Amino acid sequence: MAQLIHQEVRGEPDTSTVKTSLKYRKELGWLNRVPFWLHGLLVPIVLLIIWQIAGDTGLVTKEQLPTPLAIMKRFIELGASGELYHHLGVSALRALSGFMLGSVIGLLVGMFIGIGKIIERTLDPSLQMLRTVPLLALIPLFILWFGIGEFSKVLMISLGAFFPVYLNTFLGIRSVDTKLYDVTRILGYSRWQQLTKLILPSALPNILLGLRLAMSTSWLVLVFAELMGTSAGIGYMIEDARTYSNTDIVFVGIILFALVGSLSDIAVHALEKRWLSWQDTFKG
Amino acid sequence: MSEHSLVIEHLNRTFASPAGPVHALSNIQLKVKQGEFVTLIGPSGCGKSTLLKIVGGLDTGYEGKAELNGRPITGPGIEKGVIFQEPRLFPWLTVEKNIAANLSLKNPAVRRRVDELIELVRLKGFEKAYPRELSGGMAQRVAIARALLRSPDVLLLDEPFGALDAFTRAHMQEVLLDIWQNNKTTMLFVTHDLDEAVFLGEKVVIMNPRPGHIREILPIDLPFPRSRTGASFQELRRLVLQAFEKGEEPALDLGAGI
Ligand SMILES: Nc1ncnc2c1ncn2[C@@H]1O[C@H](COP(=O)(O)OP(=O)(O)OP(=O)(O)O)[C@@H](O)[C@H]1O
Ligand SMILES: [Mg+2]
Repeated sequence: MAQLIHQEVRGEPDTSTVKTSLKYRKELGWLNRVPFWLHGLLVPIVLLIIWQIAGDTGLVTKEQLPTPLAIMKRFIELGASGELYHHLGVSALRALSGFMLGSVIGLLVGMFIGIGKIIERTLDPSLQMLRTVPLLALIPLFILWFGIGEFSKVLMISLGAFFPVYLNTFLGIRSVDTKLYDVTRILGYSRWQQLTKLILPSALPNILLGLRLAMSTSWLVLVFAELMGTSAGIGYMIEDARTYSNTDIVFVGIILFALVGSLSDIAVHALEKRWLSWQDTFKG
Repeated sequence: MSEHSLVIEHLNRTFASPAGPVHALSNIQLKVKQGEFVTLIGPSGCGKSTLLKIVGGLDTGYEGKAELNGRPITGPGIEKGVIFQEPRLFPWLTVEKNIAANLSLKNPAVRRRVDELIELVRLKGFEKAYPRELSGGMAQRVAIARALLRSPDVLLLDEPFGALDAFTRAHMQEVLLDIWQNNKTTMLFVTHDLDEAVFLGEKVVIMNPRPGHIREILPIDLPFPRSRTGASFQELRRLVLQAFEKGEEPALDLGAGI
């Protein structure tokens, strides 16, 4: 019985989507005959068909714009030969190491500056100044200092990952409710408990947002870093294909970047869903 | 040790503000016996919250004497439970984890106490619910259970039922009296509500502002359970009201009681 009441309270149905879909149905006319999940795909499908026809009739050359079918064919070929996985693996490792390095440092620095007033006064202004420098403008400097080797690339990516994590961690920690802080004092929390049981959970939504931004920045910097010169990776594959006018491979590379980018976004989103379900405002 | 749990003598609290110092509390004298239920009532700004914060150890910038069990109050601690107007729960913890807070539910003694308290505040079935899923009254009961788990010597309540509707409020008052009679915890209860002050308190402390001071301490010699409609209750209610009318500030919330 008690369990039942409990269930009832927790499982509030989300009425908003029901309402919109009903409203949709009335105003859609002929679209009603198309399955609901296809609605958003209609435009891309039509565009793809036009694109294919334009290629087949010779309206555009395959050096400028290979047809979707040709790109798909090349995708499968590269996948079958294993070349794709090799480049993808190299790129993913680079992005991941840079992302990890940058976000761990960002998290730690954000925490220390968030907690300590003295460090904030002395260190934060410099970091804020650095932040305004466009990251990509620093790439030539990195190449001068560290060459174009692996180390230089990972460092560049980690710098890109650092700022979003640092800024959001700092913000999250500063948004800790002082009323809850008083509660922890009354309940006799130790300093360590205040950190792990109040400050970090309060800052978690911001930290996750920072990680998400860091992920996309890492990916962006990776593309730039790889285009600057390397002997493996998706960026290299694109650059190499461009010199030989294999435009279909360029497209394959772009599609891969997009795919991995959205996959990593989905992953962070899943974490948010798991960890932030307690939030009033969080709607997945 | 004296029979008094809380002793306040010549207590003054002044805040610095741009417009000059604000004398929030002036020469407060108050003694509370072990296990006594004291209600504090007075118009807005008369220093009720300030006094409670000092007793709770959250404000140590006072002058004069404030002692709990013979020791000066120098900071917060689990021997002084505090319940605020808002429940102040941790939104990322379930009801049972909010009550346990920094104690581990894996400890069987804590587990047993938490279950008992959930029963006591009538929240059975909601152990795993999150604060956003609770009503205001339920959340406030969680806050009460959390404070009780530490078995405080004194429970400080700052308008704990101020945000609740009249029915929930009456129910919560019953719950609180139950707890008090079972645990014999000393209670210091701040309210805006005349009926609430007379209904709960063995003593009503009447405060006035500018500067915040105690105008009168009125004993309420009515046995529990009390009836709000009885003649003696109404008579005492009138006495408290009179004490205010003698003062200059009639700005009191008279209507919110039942
Ligand atoms: N931290 C502070 N800094 C400056 N002035 C303060 C501070 N806290 C309280 N005061 C002043 O002290 C006086 C008493 O405030 P307090 O909050 O104790 O009133 P109260 O009796 O609890 O009022 P209410 O019933 O509205 O809650 C007020 O004049 C207020 O402006
Ligand atoms: Mg107050």
